[in-house]
Amino acid sequence: MSAALLELDRVGRTFGGVRAVHDVSLKIQEGEIVGLIGPNGAGKTTLINAITGVPPPTSRRLRYRGTAIGHKKPNHIAALGLARTFQVVQPFPDMTVLENVMAGSLFAGGSASMADARDAAREQLEFTGLAPLADRPASKLTLANRKRLELAKSLAMRPKLLLLDEVNAGLNSAEVNQALELIGKIRARGITILIIEHLLKVVLTLCPRIVVLHHGELIADDAANDVVRDPKVIEAYLGSKFAERYGARHG
Amino acid sequence: MIYLQYAANGIILGGLYACIAVGFSLTWGVLNIINILHGAFIVLGCYITYFAHQLFGIHPFVSLPLAGLMVGILGYATQAGIINRVVGQSVLVTLTLTFGLDLIFNNALILGFTANYRQVVLANPLGTVEVAGIFIPLDRALAMVLALLLTFGLYIVLQMSRLGRAIVAVRFDREAASLMGVNVMRTYAITFAIGAFMAGAAGSLLSVVFPIAPITGHLFLSKAFVICVLGGIGSVPGAAIGGIALGLLESFSASIVGPELALTVAFVVLIALLAVRPQGIMGREDMH
Amino acid sequence: MRRNFLILLIGLIVLAPVPFLTDTYVLRLGTTALMYVSLSLAWNMIGGFAGYPSFGMAAFFGLGAYASGILQVNGFAGPVGWIGAGLVGLAFALALGAVVLRLRGHAFAIATLVVAEVLKEITNAWNSLTGGGMGLNMPYQKMDPIAGARIYFYAMLACATISLAATILVAGSKLGFALRTIKQNEDAASMVGVNTTTAKVIAFALSGALGALVGGVYTSWINFIEPADVYDPLFSIKPIVMVLLGGSGTVFGPVLGAAAFLLLDEIVWRNFLETHTGILGLVIVLLILFLPKGLGSLSWPRLLQRSAR
Repeated sequence: MSAALLELDRVGRTFGGVRAVHDVSLKIQEGEIVGLIGPNGAGKTTLINAITGVPPPTSRRLRYRGTAIGHKKPNHIAALGLARTFQVVQPFPDMTVLENVMAGSLFAGGSASMADARDAAREQLEFTGLAPLADRPASKLTLANRKRLELAKSLAMRPKLLLLDEVNAGLNSAEVNQALELIGKIRARGITILIIEHLLKVVLTLCPRIVVLHHGELIADDAANDVVRDPKVIEAYLGSKFAERYGARHG
Repeated sequence: MIYLQYAANGIILGGLYACIAVGFSLTWGVLNIINILHGAFIVLGCYITYFAHQLFGIHPFVSLPLAGLMVGILGYATQAGIINRVVGQSVLVTLTLTFGLDLIFNNALILGFTANYRQVVLANPLGTVEVAGIFIPLDRALAMVLALLLTFGLYIVLQMSRLGRAIVAVRFDREAASLMGVNVMRTYAITFAIGAFMAGAAGSLLSVVFPIAPITGHLFLSKAFVICVLGGIGSVPGAAIGGIALGLLESFSASIVGPELALTVAFVVLIALLAVRPQGIMGREDMH
Repeated sequence: MRRNFLILLIGLIVLAPVPFLTDTYVLRLGTTALMYVSLSLAWNMIGGFAGYPSFGMAAFFGLGAYASGILQVNGFAGPVGWIGAGLVGLAFALALGAVVLRLRGHAFAIATLVVAEVLKEITNAWNSLTGGGMGLNMPYQKMDPIAGARIYFYAMLACATISLAATILVAGSKLGFALRTIKQNEDAASMVGVNTTTAKVIAFALSGALGALVGGVYTSWINFIEPADVYDPLFSIKPIVMVLLGGSGTVFGPVLGAAAFLLLDEIVWRNFLETHTGILGLVIVLLILFLPKGLGSLSWPRLLQRSAR
C-alpha cells in the first residue's frame, strides 16, 4: 500500500487537562478531498491547528509524506507544502492584497526573489478573481473577499495539501456558490483538500469521503452517503431523541 | 545555621517586595498597562514619610496611611486625567506615555527634594532579638509584617467588596462589565489609585530599611517586574509568593556573589526560566 | 531601493563639507543629531519594522560604550574599539534576543527595559574592568579641539550612514517583508512559512549591534564614561519618541523624527536647564496624547476643519 499523504496516528490535544482532541487516527491519500464535520465544539479547528503546529498537538504522531511533523514548527510545516485557511480570517491588515499573497509565495511557495513572488502572487489573484483589488489594504475587503484572500494566500504557498476551515461561514448563497466553484478549480489542479464545513449540502457535493468528529473523538470515517445515515453521527448532530425517531422511520 | 539566618533575612525582604509588586501587578493585570511611574510612586511615599519624621517627628509606621493616601490621590488624578485616554492602545503607546510621566515626576522629585538618598533613622529603634541563633531586626520585621498585612488587606478588598468585584469584572470582560453598569473608566482610575496607594505605602515602609533617592525608582520597578513574572500577573497571592521568592533569592545569592549584584542574579534566573519554558512564563499575555 | 540610496548619497554630499564651514558648537550639535539619527534607525529595526516594543536601546548603547572604552584603555586604537563595540553588541543581542523575543507585548517591553538596569549593576560592581561607579577615562590624546570635533562628526556620520544603508537594505529585502508580516500578525506570519524566530532575532541583533557601535563612538567623543550616564534610560526612550514622531517602520521617518525632536530639544535645553527632563517628559506626554501617529498625521486641511468647528 502506498504511503498516505497525511497520516494521523492517535493524535491528541489537551488544554489544561481537558481533552479537546483525543486519539484521532486518520489517513488522507494524495488527490483526495475529505470533509471534516462535527457539531460545534467537536474539536475540528483544534485538530487542524494541531496538524499545522499552532499550537502543536500534545501527542505528536503525525506524518506528512512519510516524514514526522509533530515536532516541527509551523513555518517548517508550511514550507513542506501544507497550507491552511482560518475560520476567523487572519490577513495582514495594513498590507495590500497583493502583499498578503506575496507573503505566501515568498516564504513557502519557493519564490526566489521579491519580483518572482510578486509574479506568483498576481497569478493567484487572477485565479481567485481578486486581481482588481490587488492594491487595496486587506482590512478594507468584504468578508467574502477576505475568505478569498485566505485561499489565494494559501495557494501561493504551492501546497500539496490544503486545510480549509469553514471557508463558507458567513457567506450568502451566491457567495457560497462562487466559493464552491473556486474549490472545484483548486481540486482540478491536483491539490489534496481536507475541508471543515458547516453546510452539509456543501460537504455532500464536494466530498466522496467524510470523517466525523464528536467530543474530540473520531466517530465515523466513511463514504459520504454512509456517514449521513450512520446513527452515531445523527445522534451526535441532533441528539438521541431525534436519532431514535429517525431510526424508527428509516430502520 | 547561617542558612536559617539567610532565610530569615530573605523572608523579611520578600515581604516588603510583595508590597512593592502587588500594586504594579494589579495595574498590569487589570488595566493592561505597565506603570513605569510605579518606582517614582515608591520614592514619593518614602519621601513623604521621611519628611514627616524629620519635620514633625511622626513615626514612619504612623505616617504610612498618609503617604499611601497622598500617592493614591495623585495616582487617581493621573489615571483619570491622562492615562485613561490611551487605555486599550498598543504597548508602545501606553508605555511611552507612562515613561514620559515618569520623567516629569522624577524631575519634580529632584527639584522638590534634591537627588539625595534619604533614609529614616529612628530615634528609638526596637533593636534586634535572637531566636534560636537567628538575629531578627525588629523594626524591619515589623515593616515586613505591615507589608504583608497591607497585601493581605488588598486581597480581601478585591475578594469581598463590591469594588473588588467590579475590578475583577472589568479585568475579565470590559464590555460585559460596562453593560452590567460598571463605570469602566472610573474603575480603571480607582484600580490605578490602589496600585499607587500600595506603592506609596511600600515606600513608607522601605524608608526605614533602604536609603532611597529618585534614581532608585527604576531599580524597584525592575524588581516589581521580576516578581510579577515569577508569581503571575494580576494575582495578589502571586505577587506575595513572587516577592518572597525574590527576597530569598537575593538573600542567598548575596552570600555568594555579593549584594551589589542582586538584580543581575534575579534577571539571570528569569532568563533561565524563560529559556527552559519556550512558551514563556506568562502564557496568559498572548490572550490579550 | 535605488531611489533611497540616491537620497542617502545626496545627504552625504550635503553633509560632507559641513565640518569645514562651521564652528565647534554647530559641530557638536550635528554630531549629537547624527548619533540620535543612528539610534533611531537602530531602534526602528526591531521596534518599527517588527513591531516589538523594545525599551532596551540604553543597554546596547551602554554596553558598546564600555566595550569600546575598555578596549581603548587597554591600548587599542579608537576605531578598533568601535568595531569591537559593534561586535559585542551583536553577540549580546543574539543571545538575549533568542530568549526575550519569546515574550510578547508588555512582558517583552519591560524585560528589555530591565536589561540596562542589570548591565548598569554589573558595570558598577565589576570595578577592576570598568572602573565601577568612578567611571572610565579615555587615554589622553594630543589633538586640536576643532580637528577632534571634525573627526567625531565624521565618525557619527559613518554610523548614521551604516544605519541608514542597513535600513534601506532590510526594508527592500525578504527579511524586511518578513518583519512586516510579524508586526501585523505573528501567528499568521508563521503559517505562511515565515521563520519568525530567525527574522526577529536578526532584527534585534542588527538593532543591538548598531546601538552598541554608536555607544562605542560616543566613548571616544566624550572621553569619559560612567554607568549612570551611558545606561541612562533616556537613551532608550528618546529614539522611540523620535521614531514615533517621524513615522514608525519607515526608512526616512526615524531620520526626520530625530531631526525634529532635536530641534525641539535644543530650544528646550537652552532655556530650562533644571527642568529639562521634566519638559522632555511633558513633550512625550503631549505627543502621545495628541499626535500618536507622528508628524505625518498632521494633515493641515483636517486641522483647519477642526479649528473652524
